[in-house]
Amino acid sequence: MKLRRLKAIAVKEVLQIWRDPRSLMIALLLPFTQMFLFGYGVNLDLKHIPICTFDREGSQQSRDLFKHFQASPYFAIVENVRTYQEMVTAIDRGSCSAGIVVPPDFSERLNDAGTASVQAILDGTDDNTANIAWGYAAAVVGSYANDIQIAALDRQGRALQQIQPLSVQSRVWFNEDLVSRNFIVPGLVAVILALVGAQLTSLTIAREWERGTMELLVSTPVTSTEVMFGKLLPYLVLGWVDAAFCLAMAALWFAVPFRGTLFALFLTTTLFLALVLSIGYLISVLIRSQVGASQIALVVTLLPAMLLSGYVFPIDQMPVAVQNLTYLMYARYYVTIIKALFLKGADISELLTPILFLVIYAVAVVALAARAFRKRLT
Amino acid sequence: MNEPRRPIVEANGLTKRFDTVAAVDGLSFTVDRGEIFGLVGPDGAGKTTTMRMLAGVMAPDDGSIIIDGIDVVSDPEEGRQHISYMPQRFGLYEDLTVDENIRFYADLFEIPARARDQRAARLLAASGMTAFRSRLAGQLSGGMKQKLGLTCALVHTPRILLLDEPTTGVDPVSRRDFWRILYGLREDGVTILITTAYLDEAERCNRLALLHGGRVLYCDTPAALKQHMPGAIVAIASSAGREARAAIATLEGVSHALLVGDGVHAVVDDAGLRIPALRNALQRANVPFADIAVSEPSIEDVFVALLENEGDSQ
Amino acid sequence: MNERAAAEPQIVAEDLVKRFGSFVAVDHVNFRIGRGEIMGFLGPNGAGKSTIIRILCGLLRPNGGRALVAGIDVASDPEQVREHIGYMSQKFSLYRDLTVEENLKFFGGIYRVPRRELAERVRFAIDMAGLRGREKALVATLAGGWQQRLALGCAVLHRPPILFLDEPTSGVEPTSRRRFWDLIHALAADGVTVLVSTHYMDEAEYCHRVALINQGRIIATGSPEELRHTALGGELLLLECASLGPTLAMLPQAPGVLDCSVFGNALHVLVRDAARSLSELTTYLEQNGLRAIRIERIEPSLEDVFVQLIAADMAKRRAAA
Repeated sequence: MKLRRLKAIAVKEVLQIWRDPRSLMIALLLPFTQMFLFGYGVNLDLKHIPICTFDREGSQQSRDLFKHFQASPYFAIVENVRTYQEMVTAIDRGSCSAGIVVPPDFSERLNDAGTASVQAILDGTDDNTANIAWGYAAAVVGSYANDIQIAALDRQGRALQQIQPLSVQSRVWFNEDLVSRNFIVPGLVAVILALVGAQLTSLTIAREWERGTMELLVSTPVTSTEVMFGKLLPYLVLGWVDAAFCLAMAALWFAVPFRGTLFALFLTTTLFLALVLSIGYLISVLIRSQVGASQIALVVTLLPAMLLSGYVFPIDQMPVAVQNLTYLMYARYYVTIIKALFLKGADISELLTPILFLVIYAVAVVALAARAFRKRLT
Repeated sequence: MNEPRRPIVEANGLTKRFDTVAAVDGLSFTVDRGEIFGLVGPDGAGKTTTMRMLAGVMAPDDGSIIIDGIDVVSDPEEGRQHISYMPQRFGLYEDLTVDENIRFYADLFEIPARARDQRAARLLAASGMTAFRSRLAGQLSGGMKQKLGLTCALVHTPRILLLDEPTTGVDPVSRRDFWRILYGLREDGVTILITTAYLDEAERCNRLALLHGGRVLYCDTPAALKQHMPGAIVAIASSAGREARAAIATLEGVSHALLVGDGVHAVVDDAGLRIPALRNALQRANVPFADIAVSEPSIEDVFVALLENEGDSQ
Repeated sequence: MNERAAAEPQIVAEDLVKRFGSFVAVDHVNFRIGRGEIMGFLGPNGAGKSTIIRILCGLLRPNGGRALVAGIDVASDPEQVREHIGYMSQKFSLYRDLTVEENLKFFGGIYRVPRRELAERVRFAIDMAGLRGREKALVATLAGGWQQRLALGCAVLHRPPILFLDEPTSGVEPTSRRRFWDLIHALAADGVTVLVSTHYMDEAEYCHRVALINQGRIIATGSPEELRHTALGGELLLLECASLGPTLAMLPQAPGVLDCSVFGNALHVLVRDAARSLSELTTYLEQNGLRAIRIERIEPSLEDVFVQLIAADMAKRRAAA
């Protein structure tokens, strides 16, 4: 491989990118808009879930319980109903996602047997929300139950610690506030880089065939690898710019805590960029039409990256067959790495497995692309 | 010029099929060192396909190509070191300037920077393009684009040039400049293989091969080609062309009568023998004519006559 | 032919101008074409030929001047113009996935050829193209020359008095080309006025008159014969010699020599007086140690003429600027 020729190809590509408004838009505008849209648009946190209350007893205790719901940031009481029918209508209408019912013998049972139950009616059409709402409701009720116990013990003159030697305290590691944004945004960076990277390079070879400049180029002594590396280099630099921008936006704008090292971030991001750019390049080599190459690049990167990389939908929640499929999904490894770097502050040594997968992928794609590029017209 | 022939390009039995159609069908010819050789024929004759095979950007289905002793079919990369190819379609980068294009191609051939700059300056001056160095190639006129293409092809001082229809649609002044450059290269010993659909451009070559249906109809110097023409052309200058043609078309020894703008061109077997008869026929039919004389056949006349001998016509 | 143009002008352009932004595509063009004349617009790509034809077809509006086709002003009444013209484009504009007959019927409908006449006109076109027996063939299966003649047939279905042909013989073999021109001459003899645009210099031979166009201007008009003899400003000699290079360098200083260039294996020398130069040059060369193998007078080609005229035009423009 001759460095001079490689440099010539790279310089030419830089000039062409600079003078092509479409390339620049994809490279600069697209990541910015995607980060904004998805960063703000996708939010799995639930706050202020609208509920209605049905107090069948109307006692001091039942009102206390509902005060706990009122105080919780996760719920917002929108309506107090008087019949089950009203509650069902409200849920059907969609004005509330759940209803809390206190039975008419609530305080009686509490004072007598020491236990009582509270009914929660949930809108099951949104499975996710229903589950989460159930969890929150249980927590609120649990907190009320705690308060009652403490008050009862107080009256008996006993301290809490003597009665309850064991307490379960849950602590969330790595994403203590359970802010879903912290969980989504790093993965979003991976998806954006996969999309943009492949789009950028998917046109480069196809365009030259379509314009007729490739016919002249292949009649010179330039080699397939010189063309490939010469063309990829400028896009790698662009990729760094994009990655730096997206990651900075994640850490600074969306305030996702970053606990890893910049070195590890740089290394792994470069590896991932090299991979997605090569994928786009391979597509460009195989499909000699610009329109075709660009569409295939979109299909091959966007949907798989969004659905199968663990970006939003956890891989271990998927059916086993699909889980096995995700091993093929290259973005998955970078999603793992980047979440680990941001939230866990992981070391390179802890990420060797996903890094290895990325390396294997990159080498395979680059080798394929080099071989697939033929210096022939037909 | 009876120097011994030293072939530098040898094509033998070249064949290339696209689907079921044979674009090139058993094509053979040789090009001698230092000559300008023309592959001449109408569109669809197989010129571009042949050039692409010579340049190594298309593999033949059959046949061999030896360029300067190298078997281009089995070792196209080696062949590429020795040739310079200018495709029919403008192959340079429209979004790069004249200078950037030249620099790019010089770098591909690893020309040292100083030599590259000197040579580029000289070539641009020779084609009158020095003032356009910073202009984007896409903004050049057709003739300038072709001259730029030639400049890039020449920047690495190739010994063998392959030019595919470089002057099609180009204005006559640029065409003349182009040929002046080619003749200068010939003086320097460069071998030039050029294709053209302009049959009259064929006369500018040292030797030419007439192509038809993917095969070589005839291969020789333009002068020899014209002598090979069966019969002779008699030009009748007349304002009543159709009547003149009607008067002489069926005469003995007249195989064709072609209507042209200012009269009739008759293809006869023997001019000296037939001219008196033609004159008589015209006078008898009262057709006014200004002149009747032997005319040198054009390459097209020869082409058509040869085609008819082959029995091919649409 | 000029008398025809004067007596019954079918196509007239007066000071025609067309601009695209700051680019002047047609620069004060004047011409008159008479009934039954075959006029050739000769010039390289980008000279303005297609633009002029589009203006005459009513497809482009001129920025200045006036054009009349069959007496109708193209700027004010473009729709009317189209009733009187037939147009054949470079790519033949045939539907490759329709048959010969289907194409003809389609164009017959487009041109609104009256029902009664259509069958007869279709037969005429098929005979003219030599396609009898192949009416049901798909156009894509026809070779170039056949398609060309069919395209011509489609263009004349409605008996237009004026015919525009835009690069009609590109990509067609010489034999087909000749056959095609025969048809054009037959049409012209019937009174059809034909305007052809082409960049093939030798296509001009088939025309009655030729207009040389360069960069939006007509730099000369006349019959091919006239142009060859008067426009060159000299006479042309063919000179075969032993050493081309040195001879080429030497000749411009010889007496009576106006210009000199290489052509193939010989030199083309432009001289003031051929008869004198024939003897003078041989002597001159001998005096300088060079040998002339053959020297004779030849007919200049239209390309030679064109180059000289362009050079003169350029000089004029520079002087005017």
